[in-house]
Amino acid sequence: MRLLACRSPVIRGYADAMEAWPAEDVLVARLRAGEESAFTLVLDAWSGGMLRVARSFVSTEESAAEVVQETWLAVIEALDGFEGRSSLKTWVYRILTNTAKRRGTREHRVVPLSSVDDSGPTVDPARFRPADDPFPGHWWEFPALWPTPEQGLLRREVQDLLAAALAELPDRQRLVITLRDVEGYPSDEVCELLGITQANQRVLLHRARAFVRGKLEEYYTREAKP
Amino acid sequence: MNDLDCQHFVEQVTSFLEGGLNPDDEARFLAHLPLCDGCERYLDQIRQTVHALDDLPTTPLSSDARTSLLDSFRTRRP
Repeated sequence: MRLLACRSPVIRGYADAMEAWPAEDVLVARLRAGEESAFTLVLDAWSGGMLRVARSFVSTEESAAEVVQETWLAVIEALDGFEGRSSLKTWVYRILTNTAKRRGTREHRVVPLSSVDDSGPTVDPARFRPADDPFPGHWWEFPALWPTPEQGLLRREVQDLLAAALAELPDRQRLVITLRDVEGYPSDEVCELLGITQANQRVLLHRARAFVRGKLEEYYTREAKP
Repeated sequence: MNDLDCQHFVEQVTSFLEGGLNPDDEARFLAHLPLCDGCERYLDQIRQTVHALDDLPTTPLSSDARTSLLDSFRTRRP
């Protein structure tokens, strides 16, 4: 399975970053042969994302760092047992999520992947016209225009805001949006990793995206005021 | 074919982007787009949100952790 099989055009950055990456079988062979350069490559490429994902399961940055460390040690031990039924990265991430779940359980911070508390509208119903209006369910007022990315989205302040918004999300939503939109993981692999259905994943992803969009909207509305 | 209203449109955005709408719902979704600047903007802002998340910088592993893992790799691999 290729990690690059992202259908969504918004996730191009991920594929671009992978261009100079060795072929999967070459990479695995080099790792098994104990080539340190190959290990450095995966360690540096994946650890940042792994930290972020681990952080969705455990309560502190320190715990997340320990989970990542523990995961890499397990990977080193188990490399010979890797059968190539999934991509190497998915295999590493599966070890990561299992390690993180165990740790989360010890810290009594389990991410319940089966509960269904994600219902209700994602946009404030007060923004739409009521049923007795000539145009029921339509916007009272359109969402305000945002500045172009050059003006806004790359700014440090926005990145801090996004990080804070992610931290505020319910665990399951944070986990899914982190894997999908921040890490650029394809949906089928996220479903497999978390053991959830496509439909369930879509609901969690949608709620998380709507929440983060709402935070950006608040921010830009605030900024636009003189 | 009933018209889709904005309140339902905004809830279908991710399903649409994921290719998860059935053909009828997708047709209704697409038919609504050119009629409503507000919803077009909403869809675009969800895309921008995803884009912005994709640009988030990662925190690298601490150099101590990195060094110790490289040591472990060196020691345990043949």
